[in-house]
Amino acid sequence: MRGRALFIILLVANAGCATTGGGNYDDPRDPFEGFNRGVYRFNEEFDEWLAKPVARTYQKVLHQEIRTRIGNFFSNLADPLIGVNNFLQGKFEDGVNDWARFAFNSTFGLLGIHDVASEWGFEKHNEDFGQTFGRWGAGPGPYLILPLLGSSTLRDGLGTGLDIYLDPMGDVRPINLRNSLIVLRATNLRADLLEASRILEEAALDKYVFQRDAYLQRRRSLIYDGRAPREKIE
Amino acid sequence: MMKSTVKAFVFALAALALAGARVDGFAQDVAPDALVKTVTLEVVELIAKDKEIRSGSRAKLVQVIEAKVLPHFNFNAMTALAMGQGWNKATPEQKKRLTEEFKTLLVRTYASALAAYSEQKFDFRPLRAKPADTDVTVNVRVLQPGAQPVTIDYSMEKTASGWKVYDVMVAGVSLVANYRTEFANTVRASGIDGLIGELQKKNRSLERADKQEQK
Repeated sequence: MRGRALFIILLVANAGCATTGGGNYDDPRDPFEGFNRGVYRFNEEFDEWLAKPVARTYQKVLHQEIRTRIGNFFSNLADPLIGVNNFLQGKFEDGVNDWARFAFNSTFGLLGIHDVASEWGFEKHNEDFGQTFGRWGAGPGPYLILPLLGSSTLRDGLGTGLDIYLDPMGDVRPINLRNSLIVLRATNLRADLLEASRILEEAALDKYVFQRDAYLQRRRSLIYDGRAPREKIE
Repeated sequence: MMKSTVKAFVFALAALALAGARVDGFAQDVAPDALVKTVTLEVVELIAKDKEIRSGSRAKLVQVIEAKVLPHFNFNAMTALAMGQGWNKATPEQKKRLTEEFKTLLVRTYASALAAYSEQKFDFRPLRAKPADTDVTVNVRVLQPGAQPVTIDYSMEKTASGWKVYDVMVAGVSLVANYRTEFANTVRASGIDGLIGELQKKNRSLERADKQEQK
């Protein structure tokens, strides 16, 4: 179900692009800029009027220590799938590392609220299906802004569809609990980034362009696990 | 995903801010990795000790950055790289003003980033370069609880006055490359003077916001 919803979003996104075409400056990486900017504005409004105020209140009410524990809890639940992606990319040592993290943190770390594995030298990794597809040779495809989820590409969007489909949170029942957990996870993440997003706003001349370029650079680097061949800037 | 990019970017700025400290007569012959380490630790310590900065004084923080960090950056090279081909079309006067405005914007942003992230732990990686190299990359990692460490790669060039940073890549995002499209778009739409104007406008509005915050 969740996966299907995302595919529909992607389809709609593509349909929209076909009609609206690019924005003012035709960037070959972003052929659907006009449409993307529309979704971007929607996301910004949503953030301004709902996500940010909620995150601010959340930050005021809950102490940093508690928010870190909550972040750790969700981060731990993500580790098994990160491991799967490492296996799919042929990085077996990293995959074992991720599963060991999950095993240690779930037990000694009390359901993940303490990240004891990091202290013991098992480093946290950043992997998802978009990166796995990239590792397998898929290019990013056109840049896309997904509703609520933000920056993506055709490849990463399909990856995100799989990520969401396999997200352990989706199997939590009753539904009310599942929804509450998903909202808590998102709120915790947004609260973490309040300062960062304010600074981004200050640094950028055109936030849309700034964010897009950072996203594309970042994803390229992640696919190479930080060892991407340097793009020469002349 | 977008959010983690945002975070990476902010780390980039914090990293930039932490990248330099003037130690007179010392910078000339010091190795680039040692320079990054000394300066980073020095600035972090300064921030931790300074009561004014800890209580939120932006002005004091900017002062520290200007004294400790700026001497180790080659803003001329950074602006030229961010401008790309447009740089050659600019007059000397335009180049000067562009560099000045870009520097102001970056310094102001470093200050914010620093204020947010000065309490992280750093892992300084050994330099992988030959002694004769004049263009090296210094790797540092910022360790954070419960998350993947953030990598910071300083691109540094050897000059007559010591090693100078000309780009910082944080979590794979090059700061200079990231301004390229924005700069190119603005230049295409309204020329080099248009870009200078945009940067000025941006800097002034940030200045106003600062003053309001202090009231």
